[in-house]
Amino acid sequence: MTFFNSDNERLAQEVISRYPRARSAAIPLLHLAQEQEGWVTPAAMVQIAELTGSTPAEVLGTASFYEMFKFHPVGKYVVNVCTNVSCQLLGGEELLQHAEASLGVRAGGTSEDGLFTLEDVECVAACTEAPCFTVNYRYFHRATTGSFDEVVADIRAGRSPIHRGAAGDDGELPEHGILGRVRQHIPDDRRAGVEAPEDVAGAPLWLAADRAGEG
Amino acid sequence: MGSSYVTHAAGYVDNGGPKLVTSRFGYEDSHTLARFEATGGYVGLKAALAKRPADVHGEVREATLLGRGGAGFPAGVKWGFCPEGVWPRYLVVNGDESEPGTYKDRLLMERDPHQLIEGCLIACYALGLSQCFLYVRGEMALAQERIATALNEAYAAGYVGREILGSDFSVDVVLHWGAGAYIVGEETALIESLEGNRGMPRLKPPYFPAAIGLYGKPTIVNNVETLANLPWILEHGAAAYRRYGSESSPGTRMFAVSGHVERPGVYEVEQGVTTFRDLFYGEDFCQGIREGHELKMFIPGGGSAPWFFEEHLDVALEAADVGAAGSMLGSGAIIVMDDSTDAVKACHRLVRFFARESCGKCSPCREGTGWEEKILQRILDGHGRPSDIDLLLDVGDNISPGPYPVAAHAAEGLDVVPFPPRQTTICPLGPSSVAPIVSTIRRFRHEFEARITRGDTIPVSAVPATAGGSGS
Repeated sequence: MTFFNSDNERLAQEVISRYPRARSAAIPLLHLAQEQEGWVTPAAMVQIAELTGSTPAEVLGTASFYEMFKFHPVGKYVVNVCTNVSCQLLGGEELLQHAEASLGVRAGGTSEDGLFTLEDVECVAACTEAPCFTVNYRYFHRATTGSFDEVVADIRAGRSPIHRGAAGDDGELPEHGILGRVRQHIPDDRRAGVEAPEDVAGAPLWLAADRAGEG
Repeated sequence: MGSSYVTHAAGYVDNGGPKLVTSRFGYEDSHTLARFEATGGYVGLKAALAKRPADVHGEVREATLLGRGGAGFPAGVKWGFCPEGVWPRYLVVNGDESEPGTYKDRLLMERDPHQLIEGCLIACYALGLSQCFLYVRGEMALAQERIATALNEAYAAGYVGREILGSDFSVDVVLHWGAGAYIVGEETALIESLEGNRGMPRLKPPYFPAAIGLYGKPTIVNNVETLANLPWILEHGAAAYRRYGSESSPGTRMFAVSGHVERPGVYEVEQGVTTFRDLFYGEDFCQGIREGHELKMFIPGGGSAPWFFEEHLDVALEAADVGAAGSMLGSGAIIVMDDSTDAVKACHRLVRFFARESCGKCSPCREGTGWEEKILQRILDGHGRPSDIDLLLDVGDNISPGPYPVAAHAAEGLDVVPFPPRQTTICPLGPSSVAPIVSTIRRFRHEFEARITRGDTIPVSAVPATAGGSGS
């Protein structure tokens, strides 16, 4: 069964080739599946199992540990409001209440139009910029109810709200599932090479040469 | 420095002190290879390659570079735990920053990815590590983009990959990211996750990752900030490094000060020189508690650390001093709470965090953190029972037995809560949940009692009606 489209299947092979064992690619491939479909479908897990030499149950076992993976359709925009202590001190909980009222969903739910999924999340490492929320993992620092509403209004109107966010994040706000928009690509002629751990006989060249010099 | 030198990195505040790891943060293009090369980039790597690998290790050992992830173990010593003659060896970079209050590794990855890559390469060269996995927290999309771009640039320029800078040193650096799990910041859980499994910690001792790690092979797991210090150390030498900071904690550390201060921010601070008082009240730092309020308490090292109060303000920002005073500097996360703060509510929020993030492997933590949260929730809801304070400490005693929860009862003679706590669990997550409970009960027992006997509810704070807006 194939889930990945041909481009992503090629990408999946490239990702796997970077690891000494294919199974290490499980999480990257789950992200790739979520990028393609917006959530992790059963078909995706079947193919990831084939690609990584494990079973679909094992893939689900891994995937279900991590809260970023969704096993049912979620909104095109996943809004995470931090309520951990640094944000709580400066109004994170009230921001979440405002978000619930303004989007018309409780934390964990998806708005009726399928546009937003709202989540009450743990510390997102923006503590000095509290309170903070993210949309599809793009940061909006020092939030107010007003700035939250502006971001939501932008999205509803089809405008990118990214310019209202943290410095450095720019361009369009991608749909849920897309994390880093730049992919690592290792050119063949620059690759140091990946070996299975059991195939490695001794110290790497530069260290072995140095040690030979000692004797 | 030209007109492009602006303090733009959201959260970072230049305090005029030495900049060992934040020297490029002021540049708008700090993340690019062009800026990196123009500002001493990859000079540390070249200096390393001119030395024998063992001498590079020696330099790092001599610098006494303490790990910046939380435990504060010397990196040079940790590196020495790799068994002789077992190959391959791996480097896993811990960029899974998630400890409540911690905001420094994200900045280092977003603002100066090449500095981190250079640090990784130096470590790989010194120890003969044949592959490096840069594990970034899943939620940090911008950091992932910046590192991917930097790696692509560095591969093309010959800094990473085959025959680096024309030498026989070859190593691949692979960007990998997680998918949302605090516990994966624990080094053995990180390795499990990197092997494609649920991120549950492995039992240690006897086998630490340096002996049996990724794929059962020797593996060094280092924090982002730890590695980011290596280029400076190799460029300037261990002796120069030791001129900063104190004897036992040389160099600088990045501290994220959040909460009720006038100017929250991430500050690079010389260790052992600056005190909490300097940091909270200094003009170059946080400029005081927010107007109209006074300090009530602060957390010196992330959600897992026992809390500090007014009397700890003159403790120096150094692992040994903070440890002697009964807490830890942990991951450099300082959370300041003023007199408007509801101690029970803040305590509940941290405990809820640990309950949510418990991986479920060890029953004292899986069950205990859940019970702690439920008990605190019912106290908050006005349904607390008089026995709940003892019950909380009893549950805590099952996760972290001995003097630690008992200390909450000692009115006198036990000013210092024994730290680090003992644990009935594989990793410190569960015992960490006991820290806020003991801290608040010891100091604010009356707040618990008021809530229990009268069903009091005390508001925490409100969303600011106006503020600086988003971004910066």
